[in-house]
Amino acid sequence: MTLTIDSVPVEVNDEGYFLRPEQWTLDMAHEMARSVGIELTEKHIEILHYLRNRYFEDTPLTLRRVGKSGLVTIKEFYGLFPGGPLKVSSRIAGIPKPASCV
Amino acid sequence: MEVLTQPFPKAPDPQPVQKVLVIVSKGTLEDVYAGLIMANGALMEGMEAKMFFTFFGLEAIRKDRQDHLHTATVGNPAFMQKLPTMVAGLPGFEAFASTMMRKEMDKLDIPPVSEFMEMIVAGGGEIYGCKLAVDMFKIEEDEFIDDLAGVITVGDMYALAAGDATQIIFI
Repeated sequence: MTLTIDSVPVEVNDEGYFLRPEQWTLDMAHEMARSVGIELTEKHIEILHYLRNRYFEDTPLTLRRVGKSGLVTIKEFYGLFPGGPLKVSSRIAGIPKPASCV
Repeated sequence: MEVLTQPFPKAPDPQPVQKVLVIVSKGTLEDVYAGLIMANGALMEGMEAKMFFTFFGLEAIRKDRQDHLHTATVGNPAFMQKLPTMVAGLPGFEAFASTMMRKEMDKLDIPPVSEFMEMIVAGGGEIYGCKLAVDMFKIEEDEFIDDLAGVITVGDMYALAAGDATQIIFI
């Protein structure tokens, strides 16, 4: 389906994850974050870029890997993206939902 | 006779699970990991998670033992089916097989038990021990991991599961 984010039509799946991650912009991220009650800080944005970089390198994303990235601790990650950090941050980062169990 | 225009009213959307209570009663590598993965997975989905370790499951919350759990090589028909039981029972075989299994898990980014528990606690999960089993095995408090939220009774455990969207998982 198509969702209009930051006045741009974006293709997303039924859970709201981008089908074409290259359509993503930071302005879209701000708007998506606000819709789930998150005001993006520098730290959030650093994490979003980290996730996107890993995605474009084809590195599978796991909670553990984010915790070992040196960017945030796992506890901070949960605090920054309430409601399931890896899935919420991936949606805001405009990448597919990580198919990870850890 | 009244004619129903909608004989099958649409069922309401099912209520999502909001909390899981995972009870781990076994101390084998695979049983403990099953519990950890389900509890951590719940937190990653934005649910609450509580863990209750009882009986041999207590091995998983003992500091000096949790990262050395074994998988049974004897009496486990799914383990290397072609391997004769006599061989699987040789001294050291179980330890060797368990080490190999932990290595394979590490490749999949599955952390050691101690680190896994730290992740769960960091995500707001809570880990408890069973009072009755602790008394029975005569385990001292300082043998447990520092992150243990408490040693509690079965009644306290049920209180942890309060809420009408909780699932209790027993392993």
